[in-house]
Amino acid sequence: MSTTISNSFSRRAFLRTSSLAGGGMLIGFNLFTACKNEAKMPVDIASLNFNDFNAFIKIADNGMVTIYSPNPEIGQGVKTSMPMIIAEELDVPWDEVHVEQGILSTKDYTRQVAGGSQSIRHGWDALRQTGATAKQMLINAAAAKWGVDASECTASGGVITNAKGETLGYGDVVKEAAILEIPDEVALKDPKDYTIIGTDAGNVDIEKIVTGKPLFGLDYKTEGMVIASVLRPPSFGKKLESFDDSSVRKMEGVIDVIRFGDFKGGGDKIAVLANTTWQAMKAKEALSAEWSDGTPMESTSNHDKLLTDLLDGTSFNTLRKDGDVEKAFRNADQVVERTYGSPFLPHNCMEPMNFYADVSANKIHLVGPIQTPERTAARVAELLERNSEEVHLEMTRMGGGFGRRLYGDFVMEAAEISHLAKKPVKVVYSREDDMSAGIYRPAIKYRIKAALKDGKISGYHLKEASINSNMYGLIPNFFPAGALENYQVDVAKYDSNITTGAWRAPYTNFLSFAEQSFFDEIAETLEIDPVQMRLDMLQKVKGTTDERIQYSAERMEDVINLAVEKSGYGNPKDGVYQGFCAYYCHNTHVAEVADVLIENNEPVVKKVIVAVDCGIVVNPLGALNQIEGGVVDGVGHAMYGNFTFKDGAPEMNNYDRYRLIRMKEAPKVETHFVKNTLSPTGLGEPTLPPAGAAVSIAMKKATGNRMYRQPFVENMVEKEIIG
Amino acid sequence: MPTYTLKINGEDRSVDVSSDTPLLWALRDHIGLVGTKYGCGIGQCGACNVHVDGNAIQSCLVPVAQMEGKEITTIEGLSEDGTHPVQEAWKEVDVPQCGYCQAGQIMTASSFLDKNPNPTEDEIKSAMHGNICRCAAYNRIQKAVALAAEKIAK
Repeated sequence: MSTTISNSFSRRAFLRTSSLAGGGMLIGFNLFTACKNEAKMPVDIASLNFNDFNAFIKIADNGMVTIYSPNPEIGQGVKTSMPMIIAEELDVPWDEVHVEQGILSTKDYTRQVAGGSQSIRHGWDALRQTGATAKQMLINAAAAKWGVDASECTASGGVITNAKGETLGYGDVVKEAAILEIPDEVALKDPKDYTIIGTDAGNVDIEKIVTGKPLFGLDYKTEGMVIASVLRPPSFGKKLESFDDSSVRKMEGVIDVIRFGDFKGGGDKIAVLANTTWQAMKAKEALSAEWSDGTPMESTSNHDKLLTDLLDGTSFNTLRKDGDVEKAFRNADQVVERTYGSPFLPHNCMEPMNFYADVSANKIHLVGPIQTPERTAARVAELLERNSEEVHLEMTRMGGGFGRRLYGDFVMEAAEISHLAKKPVKVVYSREDDMSAGIYRPAIKYRIKAALKDGKISGYHLKEASINSNMYGLIPNFFPAGALENYQVDVAKYDSNITTGAWRAPYTNFLSFAEQSFFDEIAETLEIDPVQMRLDMLQKVKGTTDERIQYSAERMEDVINLAVEKSGYGNPKDGVYQGFCAYYCHNTHVAEVADVLIENNEPVVKKVIVAVDCGIVVNPLGALNQIEGGVVDGVGHAMYGNFTFKDGAPEMNNYDRYRLIRMKEAPKVETHFVKNTLSPTGLGEPTLPPAGAAVSIAMKKATGNRMYRQPFVENMVEKEIIG
Repeated sequence: MPTYTLKINGEDRSVDVSSDTPLLWALRDHIGLVGTKYGCGIGQCGACNVHVDGNAIQSCLVPVAQMEGKEITTIEGLSEDGTHPVQEAWKEVDVPQCGYCQAGQIMTASSFLDKNPNPTEDEIKSAMHGNICRCAAYNRIQKAVALAAEKIAK
């Protein structure tokens, strides 16, 4: 059974159609907002300006479908899954659909951003309706051609069929369809009739990736382009005093040396421009500069103390307060308080930061990997005091994002250098630059205090002390919010010179470890089963009228039960130690069980069993890849990720001293989906936060050591492993 | 600048570069073969792996001056049309997420399977341990190497 859906905003308002000059039909649509009244449809592909529309679909007169995909691809697969949704409702064979990355030319591109695992969730309705509307218009055009009622016609696989069995291809009627009135209502498919959604679709760029074709920002090149390698302050907080570039200017291939950073010809950075990357990097290394200390230089040891002082102090903002935690503590049978700590983390995208900029008199051409093209293009226009219409930003495939490419700092650098050098320039970071000029996950400490009474948690108080920023949005309303009578979340922060920002699953990537480890310890203290404790706590959440509570107790139960069933939790095989964790973030419910073994007197994470409820799984092949990657990434950073500062500078700047998880340490990930027909939610982030918690709890069982700090590998050397 | 003649993917290519230029940058900036990726520059991540006389080596570490007279194969030359068993396995398993490290992974795997066409799980893991995948697609990399071995055996 199909469903007829009209949207809260009229269909007329969010999509428009036009005929293409060279033949074919063009559909422009907006994912989350209505089109502006003055929005005009382009008449040729070269002038798709994305000014008024998020994305376009072209149906050529040979029936081929090209989707100009709106969202940046950072490895999370939306370049595949979003077009799948359109193709499903449009009803065309998946192999006749081509996807091209849209080019950004103005600042009005709505949510052209990859972040927060939201691409699929936000696009779901609009993408389906756009596909269904285009299909209905093609049917209407064919019906008119045949002189029959549209209700007598059906369409499937790019072909329209009438009651007599006559057929027309989509391409045969695009000309007529393009000028038809847009229907007010269209039928959407019943999920059980899906032929594309729910099937495995490979990465759309796979052929190019495995044959080494140019795809990434670092591969982009234009005639006359020069490479800029940038010397930045060696420590956060240092200022450039002076520099001597006389010998560097004589080096092979060096074209120019330019001080920059304040858009006025001054600043604390020095760009070395050369013909090739190697020449630029080498010359930058040879540059000598004098730096001054503006402020006291920060170090990990004083951060540690500052965060502890914050937790001991009183300067908190309360983000959520239910009941009276103080009273609960006064009346408790027992009070348990634990403190958890995490280091800064660099993103370490495999493709180091880079961007191309060609700032000329009447155009600013920007090309490269960025998660926030619209915001970045607007900032470049603002900083160069240019009209935003002049900025043309083209996205390349990204060699990883993880939050780092939300920030356009490297785009600003490229634009400023090109502006000063009056040349097309590509800024290329070395790995050392990338790791030491980061926008890191901040170091954070959590202190959690629970009041226990009559075998239950009667009060719960979580305090966060973080560098530069605190948890935000709905995070304070995640579980166990809603499950406890007396509950409070307080946050405090310390302002640092060290730049910090979003890192895959911001805050929850560590909060999950702290809270879930704490629950395990509470269950141990109360001598109750930790899984049953979660299930019992969830009962109070059912039927909640608190709109801030967006996780579902029922969906959480589903993933918990599925994870327990599939992992054999509670009855592990001999020598297997299991850690359980259930977590909700980014609109997706996840439960994980980690299996830890002792091999050669060391704990080894062998396997992680994952139960996921992300609604309809659009592309299982891609979804599994995200889940597996998220889990292994979560295990890796919890185990090994350590990034420390001394005298304002990072103590590690490449993979010889910064450890990332590798093949031999990667657990096998076994995924199980909760099957339902609810709207899909994203997967780029939600499986990462529970992984560290599940591993630490399994480690505790295996070794007797409870982890309170990440990375675990640093803790493991301190105590004897009992096995 | 001195001129070096390099035999890359079966063709002689001349490059005018300083003698310390790593093979990686000669390939990317001078010869225009950008499939070989820069990841760390210190031989720790494997993103730049190419074959030199059949062995997978980190092209960021070897200067061009040492490469004359050697047979160099890059990802672009691994097969004419992307049908090397390792490439086929990579496609079938749909290994990549961001895709950036994959050329290096494929070059490591193909050189390894040339020498050990019938590897155990542990041998695969050891062979691929030097290549970092920041997206952590290690489960699929392992699966694809095993599948490629099957394809080669057929």
